[in-house]
Amino acid sequence: MEVWVSIIISVCAASTPLLLAATGELVVERSGVLNLGVEGMMIIGAVTGFSVAQVTGNPYLGALAAVAAGAFFSLLFAFLTLTLVANQVATGLALTILGLGLSGMIGEGFVGQPGIKMQALEIPLLSDIPVFGKLLFGQDLIFYLSIALVFGVSWFLFRTRAGLMLRSVGDSHTSAHALGINVIRIRYLAVLFGGACSGLAGAYLSLVYVPQWVEGMTAGRGWIALALVVFASWRPARLLVGAYLFGAVTIAQFHAQATGIAIPAQFLTSLPYIATIVVLVLIARNRRATIINTPASLGKPFVPDH
Amino acid sequence: MKPAAKSNIDQNSVPLLEARGITKVFGDLRANDGVDLVIREGEIHALLGENGAGKSTLVKILFGSLQPTEGTVLWNGTPVTLRSPSEARALGIGMVFQHFSLFEALTVTENIALSFDSDVPQRHIEQQAGDLSIQYGLPLDPSAIVGDLSVGQRQRVEIIRCLMQDPKLIILDEPTSVLTPQEADTLFETLLRLRDEGRSILYISHRLNEVKQLCSRATIMRHGKVVDACDPREETASTLATKMVGASIANLVVQPPKDRGDIVLSIRNLSMDAANPFAVALRDISLDVHAGEIIGIAGIAGNGQGEFFAAVSGEDMQEDAESVVLEGVPIGHEGISQRRKRAAAFIPEERLGHGAVPQMVLTDNMFLARHASDADEFQKSQPLRVIARNVVNAATKRVVEVMDVRKSAENPPAAALSGGNLQKFIVGRELDRTPKLLVVNQPTWGVDAGAAAHIRQALIDLAANGSAVLMISQDLDEIFEASTSIAVMADGRLSPPVLVGETSREDVGLLMAGGQSDAA
Amino acid sequence: MRLELQKRPQSSKALAYLSPFIALGLTLVAGAIMFTLLGKNPATALYTYFVEPLFDPWARDQIILKATPLILIAVGLAVCFRSGNWNIGAEGQYLFGGMVGAMIPIYFNDWQSPLLLPMMMLMGMIGGALYGYIPAILKSRFGTNEILTSLMLVYVAQQLVDWLVRVPWRNPQGMGFPGTKSFNESAVLPDLMAGGDAHYGAVFAILAAVLMWFMLSKTLKGFEVTVLGQSPRAGRFAGFSARQMTVFAFCLSGALAGLAGIAEVSGSVEKLDDKLSLGYGFSAIIVAFLGRLNPLGIIAAGFILALSYIGGESAQIMLGISDRATRVFQGMLLFFVLACDTFIHYRVRFIPTPNKVNA
Repeated sequence: MEVWVSIIISVCAASTPLLLAATGELVVERSGVLNLGVEGMMIIGAVTGFSVAQVTGNPYLGALAAVAAGAFFSLLFAFLTLTLVANQVATGLALTILGLGLSGMIGEGFVGQPGIKMQALEIPLLSDIPVFGKLLFGQDLIFYLSIALVFGVSWFLFRTRAGLMLRSVGDSHTSAHALGINVIRIRYLAVLFGGACSGLAGAYLSLVYVPQWVEGMTAGRGWIALALVVFASWRPARLLVGAYLFGAVTIAQFHAQATGIAIPAQFLTSLPYIATIVVLVLIARNRRATIINTPASLGKPFVPDH
Repeated sequence: MKPAAKSNIDQNSVPLLEARGITKVFGDLRANDGVDLVIREGEIHALLGENGAGKSTLVKILFGSLQPTEGTVLWNGTPVTLRSPSEARALGIGMVFQHFSLFEALTVTENIALSFDSDVPQRHIEQQAGDLSIQYGLPLDPSAIVGDLSVGQRQRVEIIRCLMQDPKLIILDEPTSVLTPQEADTLFETLLRLRDEGRSILYISHRLNEVKQLCSRATIMRHGKVVDACDPREETASTLATKMVGASIANLVVQPPKDRGDIVLSIRNLSMDAANPFAVALRDISLDVHAGEIIGIAGIAGNGQGEFFAAVSGEDMQEDAESVVLEGVPIGHEGISQRRKRAAAFIPEERLGHGAVPQMVLTDNMFLARHASDADEFQKSQPLRVIARNVVNAATKRVVEVMDVRKSAENPPAAALSGGNLQKFIVGRELDRTPKLLVVNQPTWGVDAGAAAHIRQALIDLAANGSAVLMISQDLDEIFEASTSIAVMADGRLSPPVLVGETSREDVGLLMAGGQSDAA
Repeated sequence: MRLELQKRPQSSKALAYLSPFIALGLTLVAGAIMFTLLGKNPATALYTYFVEPLFDPWARDQIILKATPLILIAVGLAVCFRSGNWNIGAEGQYLFGGMVGAMIPIYFNDWQSPLLLPMMMLMGMIGGALYGYIPAILKSRFGTNEILTSLMLVYVAQQLVDWLVRVPWRNPQGMGFPGTKSFNESAVLPDLMAGGDAHYGAVFAILAAVLMWFMLSKTLKGFEVTVLGQSPRAGRFAGFSARQMTVFAFCLSGALAGLAGIAEVSGSVEKLDDKLSLGYGFSAIIVAFLGRLNPLGIIAAGFILALSYIGGESAQIMLGISDRATRVFQGMLLFFVLACDTFIHYRVRFIPTPNKVNA
C-alpha cells in the first residue's frame, strides 16, 4: 500500500508541471494566440525560481519570482506577435531558443548546487489519515495550486463575462473588434497569464521535482504541454486527464528502468515523446471534433483598423 | 431642400444625429472627405454609394469603431465624441453589420451578452431576447450555437442584439444582400415597425428599388464625398444609379437568342459528402449546359454553391467519373488542372486567397491559373519546368489591356488592386483562353457598377460566341439580367433550370427558401 | 503612447533587403548591453566575437566547418517554411541521417572503395528523408500538428543514437567510451584544405543553396512551394496539392539535414558518437529566417551564425565570457529578425496617448 501511495505521489509530481504549463497555454490559445514558447518560458521560470530560492533561501520567493519571470518573458512574445504582428510560430520558437540560452547563462553558477526543496504542506491531523491523508493533504503548495487553477480557469472561461470575452476574441477577432472589445489587450493579458503559469511550472521542476538546476532540465515538457492542450480539445477539465496520463507514463518508465527490465533505458526515456506522437495522431483522426473545438482565429494575425 | 411633402418629419427640428465635415484619412487615401449627414427622428435614411465610396468608413465612425481625422458628430444637437462602440451604444446607436459580427462557436445568448458593457446575467438576456423576438416576430432559439444557424437566422440574432439596447438610431449595412426576396419583405415590415415606434434607421444599400420603397431621404456618396441628397421616392432607379455612379452605365447588349448548341457540360446525379462540419453536402445534382447558354444558379449564400463550384472545377474530385462529363468525356476523377486542359475555365467567388494570391504580383497570378492549360507556352526547359516569364508577362499585358484593368504600378501585387479591377483581371485571365466552358461563382460580388457591367457583358459575349457559361450568383438582378436559364440551389440541391422568360423573382425566391425549414 | 501599424500598399523592397542587417545591428547593440551588464568591455567583447576570428586562418577554417551543416539544414528548412510546413525537427533528421549514413563503415569497417563515400552520403540523405517523412505523412494523412511531432522525434532520435553508440555499435576497444570504431580513410570526407578541419560538405552546402535558389525562383515547383505557403486555397485552385507538398518539403529538408549529419560524421568526427547532436537543427531555424528564407541569403546567414559560434569560443577562452552567451546572441538575433520583418509590410506610427484610450 505504502508503495502505491508513494507511486501516486510521484505521478502527481511528474504531472503538475505539465498541468500548470498546459493550463496557461490553454487560456492563451482560447484567446486565439498560439505561443510555442512554453518550453522557453518554463526553463526561464526554472532557473529564476532556483536562483532566487538559493539567494534568499526561500523557495516560495523563488516560485513567485519564477511566475514574474515567466510573465515578463512572455511579454516579449506578446509585443512581437500582437503589437508587431510577427509570425506566431516563428516567434514562439525564438522564445524557446532564447529561453534555453538565457537560462543556461543565468544558471551557470548554480550547476551542481544542492537545491532548496519546497516542502510538502502536512495539514495536521488530516494528513495522518491512512493512505488518502498523504495523497490529499500532504503535498506541496504548487500541487494544490495546479488543481485549483484548472477549476479556476474552467470557471473563468465558461462562467464569467471576462471569460466569455476571451473566448469571443479567440473565435473571431474581427467580430470582437467590431463590437468594441479590445482584442489586443485581452490577448496581452492571456499571454501574460500563460507566461506566469509556465514560469511556475518551471519553478516546480527546479524547486520540487528535481530539485536542482540542470541545464535544459525542462527536456521537452513545454512541448508536451502544448500537445496536451490539443489532446484536451481546449477544455480545462480534460487537461487533468491528459497531464496525469503523461505523468503516469513518465513514472512507469522510471520504475521500469529501476526494476532493471531488459529494455534499453533510452527506449524507456523516449516513451513519453512517442506517447505524445501517438496521442496527437489519435486525436487528429477525429477531424470533425478538432475542427469544431479549435479556436477559429488561433494563430491568425490581427491588425485593428484605426 | 425639397419640401417634406410625403413625410411627416419636421425638417426644422434638431436632428437626431448630424455629422459635420467628417474626414478620415488612411495613409494616402481619403476614405471620407468632408462628409455631412443629417438623420432626423423617425426617418429611414438611405446611404447610397458604390463599393469603395466610403459608406462603411462613415458608418464605422458613427458607431465609434473608427475615429475621424477631422469633423464632428452631433447627437440631438450636442457634439459628442464616440471613442468606442460601447459609447455609441450608450447614446442609443445600434448597428447590424453586413458581414455579421457574430461568434460562430458561441450560443445566441452569449453572442447577445457580448454587446452589453456590464455583466448582465444570461438568464435575463435570454428572457429579454425571447420577449423581443416575440414582439417583433423574429423567432430565435437562445441556446443554439450560431455556427449552426442559417444566414437569415443569423441576421435575426444581429437585429435582436441591436434591439436589446433599445437604440434610437439603427444602422443597417447591406441587410438584404443575404436574404431571399421574401425574407427581405419580412425585414422591411420589421423596419417600418421600428420607424413607427419613433426610431431612426440609417439604411445602407446599393439596391435602389429597396431604397425607393423604404426610405424618405437619401444621401449619396462617391469617392469619399457626399455628392447629392434627395428624396428617393421622387427618383427613378436609373436617376439614382446615375447619381451614385456619376455617369450612366451602359446597358448590357444582349445578343438575340440563338438555337442552343451541343451539350458542353453534363452533370449527372452528382452527390458529395460535406468535407467538414461547416460544409454543405451536395445531393443528387443533374444539369446540362449547352453551348451558347448562360445558366444562372441563384441561391442564398451557404447553400452549397461553394461546394458545387469546387466539385465542377475539380478542386474536389468525384468518385464516379461519369457524374461530370465535359464534351462527352467523363472527367469526374480528373483534377482542376486536367479539366483546364480540356478547355474549361473557372472563376471562384473569393478573389484574394482563392482566385489570386494576395501578395503575389499579377504575372504570378496569371501563371497561377494557367500553368497547366498553357503549359506549352508558359513553361520551358522540360523537364525542369522553368517559368517562361516573357510569355507570362505578355499574356498579363494583353489581359490588362483588353479588360481595362487600372493599376498603380507596372506589376503590382493582387492585393493592391481594387476589387473591381482585380475581378476584371481574373475574369480576363480565363477569357483570354476562350474556354469552351466557363464556371463562375459570384462574378461581380463587391465590384463597382462600371466593372460589373463590363464583366457581365464579357460573359454574355463569350456565350454568344459559342461557349457554355455556368454562373453562380446571389445577386438576383444579375441572374435575371445575364442568364438564359435559371436554376436555384438550396440546401445542396439544384432545381431544374427554367428559361429566364418563364420564371419570376417570386418563384425563384420561393425556391431559394426551399432548403430552409424555418424560412419566412 | 502606443504603436499603430499601417499596411503598406506594397511591401518595401528596400527594407526586405535591409531588415536582416538592421536586425544584426540591433543584436550587436543588445549584445553590447549584455556584455556591459556582465562587467566586460563591450567593444573588446564584440571585437573578439565578430571581428577577430575573421583574421585568423584557423578560425576561418572552423567557421566554414560550422557553417556547413547550418547552411545545408537551413536551405531545406527554407523550402519547408516557405511552403507553410513547420519542420522544427531538423535536429532529429540530421541525427538519423548521420546514423543511417554511418551504417556501411560501421558494419563493413574494412571495406575501401571510391563508391563508399557516395553511398554513405546517399544513405544519409535517405535516412534524413525517411525521418522527415514521419511527421509529413502524419500531417497529410491525419492532420496531426507537424510542429509537435517533428520536435518529439528529435528526442527519440537522440535516445536512439545514444543507445546505438553505447550498446550495439560501441567500439570494443574504446575504453568504455560511447562511440563506434573510427572510419577507414575511404569513408572520410576529404578536407577542403590540407591540415584544416573544414571538409567537402561545404561544397555540398553551397551547391544545395544554389540548386534550391534555382528551384524556388525559376521553376514551377518553386512557384508551387510559394503559392501553397502563402495561400493554400489559391494553391488548390491552381491544381497544387498541399498534402503532396508537405511530403515533398519534409523529405527534401530531411534529406538535406541527413546529408549535413552524415557529412559531419564522415568529414569531421570520422565516427559516430554521442556528441553528434549539437543543436545545429535548431540554430538552422535562425539561419533560415536571417536569410529571409532565400537560399542565397542563407549562405551569408550561415556564415554569420558560424562566426558567432567561433567568436563565442574565443571569447570564452580570452575574456571568460560564458559560451552560453552565443546562444543568447542567436536567440536575440531571431527576435530582432522577426521584429524587423514587420517594417517590410507595415508602416509603424507612434500615437501619443489621449486622455482615454479605447482603440
